[in-house]
Amino acid sequence: MITIRNLKKTFGEGDKKMIVLDNFNADFEEGKVTCILGGSGSGKSTVLKHMIGVYQPDSGEIKVDGENIVGMNREQMNKVRKKYGIMFQSGALFNSMTVEENVALPLREHTNLNETTIKIMVKMKLEMVGLRGAEHLKPSQISGGMLKRISLARAISLDPKIVFYDEPSAGLDPISIGVIDQLIKDLSNKMGITSIVVTHELASAFRIADKIIMLFKGEIISSGTPEEIKNSKDPRVVQFINGLPDGPIPFSKSQRDYGEELKEMTFYN
Amino acid sequence: MTAQFFGYIGRKTFRIKDTFADLFKEISGVYHLTRHTLYCSFIEPLRGKPIKWGSMWIQMEEVGVKSALIVFLTLFLIGVILAIQTAYQMSQFGAIEYVGALVGVAITRELGPLMAALVMAGRVGAAFTAELGTMKVSDEILALETMALDPVKFLIVPRFLALIVMLPCLTILGNLMGIFGGFLVGVTTLGIDPIIYMDRSIEALQVKDVFSGLFKSGMFALIIVMIGSYLAFVIEGGAEKVGQNTRSAVVTSMILIIISDMVFTAFFFFLE
Repeated sequence: MITIRNLKKTFGEGDKKMIVLDNFNADFEEGKVTCILGGSGSGKSTVLKHMIGVYQPDSGEIKVDGENIVGMNREQMNKVRKKYGIMFQSGALFNSMTVEENVALPLREHTNLNETTIKIMVKMKLEMVGLRGAEHLKPSQISGGMLKRISLARAISLDPKIVFYDEPSAGLDPISIGVIDQLIKDLSNKMGITSIVVTHELASAFRIADKIIMLFKGEIISSGTPEEIKNSKDPRVVQFINGLPDGPIPFSKSQRDYGEELKEMTFYN
Repeated sequence: MTAQFFGYIGRKTFRIKDTFADLFKEISGVYHLTRHTLYCSFIEPLRGKPIKWGSMWIQMEEVGVKSALIVFLTLFLIGVILAIQTAYQMSQFGAIEYVGALVGVAITRELGPLMAALVMAGRVGAAFTAELGTMKVSDEILALETMALDPVKFLIVPRFLALIVMLPCLTILGNLMGIFGGFLVGVTTLGIDPIIYMDRSIEALQVKDVFSGLFKSGMFALIIVMIGSYLAFVIEGGAEKVGQNTRSAVVTSMILIIISDMVFTAFFFFLE
């Protein structure tokens, strides 16, 4: 469904140049839930932003249904984007609109359905996320968990083939996480939606994933089924899934040696 | 010593070069956004993609109707002040009855469009940047893009069309208020005969004055919207940057309004 080959991305120029992704390859299969797992700063959001066409890579290709989306112009990209549904980390609902208008927006803009049909479809989508009856509320009036579910309802309002979830369970209580996990699983199983979930919640990744890709510093250190990941012997994977403070993945983000940096500091009296 | 000196010059030159490079990057950004906005407002509707009338009406009320009071008040007081300030000088030449002509021409040609635009840059420009900037920070603009919807068409075009219609309207009504302010002072404090005051005003005013004023106010509307939305769209980060860019949007559009006012005034002056 989506294949990524030799993706390379750097940010900044000159001395501040930072390689975020280098020679990145991945496959996301149709109708399956694929989780991209990794600590903060491992490049998982960058991968997601490449797939939705927000970032252009330095080199490499991303094929969606056989079409290379790298270097596409706005109109071609928009055609691909109509296959997508995206659930943002913050929800990204439009604050000036009600819940109903938010969910109806893609339908109103991209289809010629009449108002009654749109109302019915919005109700169906809201029922799927268990929030029928919240139509008239504004996003500022509802809780974080509800925001994410409505964001999901908006993401699936056009019945997309591929849904991206950016940190669907960040900052939610365990029950809300369970509800959202169930939704992701159901959408994939019952409607054949390809789901790509970027997360760092291990428990939820192990629950929902058909395949897990684990990232560290822009490289895949392990990929496979949840079972394979759990039984992995790679010390980096072991450290990540057990949440160990010491191990091959350093806690400090600085790229320079601590002693060197201290020595170079000048002190003024 | 010499090496240090040349090193210093070299570094300064590079810094100046960087500053200019950044400036040109910003200018080209504003240019591209403006071109895209104009395309979406005037050409796309002809190709069967109608503009968002609903949000345009809302914006028209927001930027036009609700700004009316403050624009009227400003221009009324400008008219009053102008009449009082010029009366003394004019009376020395025994030409006090020409106060009406002076106020009328000054307001319609220059002060009406300029003051209305400056007030609007503060009231509306700041609101645009703050609102769109917050949308940018909270990923709403990204969400629009990924839904294959054009944020320029959705957010900027309704604001642009609303302001380009409403600012000239406000300017015309504000001009009337200014002339009325001058008239009140003229006939009461200065004791000019109302009929003579009106006659002198009408003699001096030409249709051309009004139109050159309106042309300017259309240009000012373009400046306010484009600067306001460009500075909102480039925001990366959080609340701090929204505040900074809102401030620079108001400052930049005020300066650009005054500069372009000068340019157009000179242009219309030499045109005659």
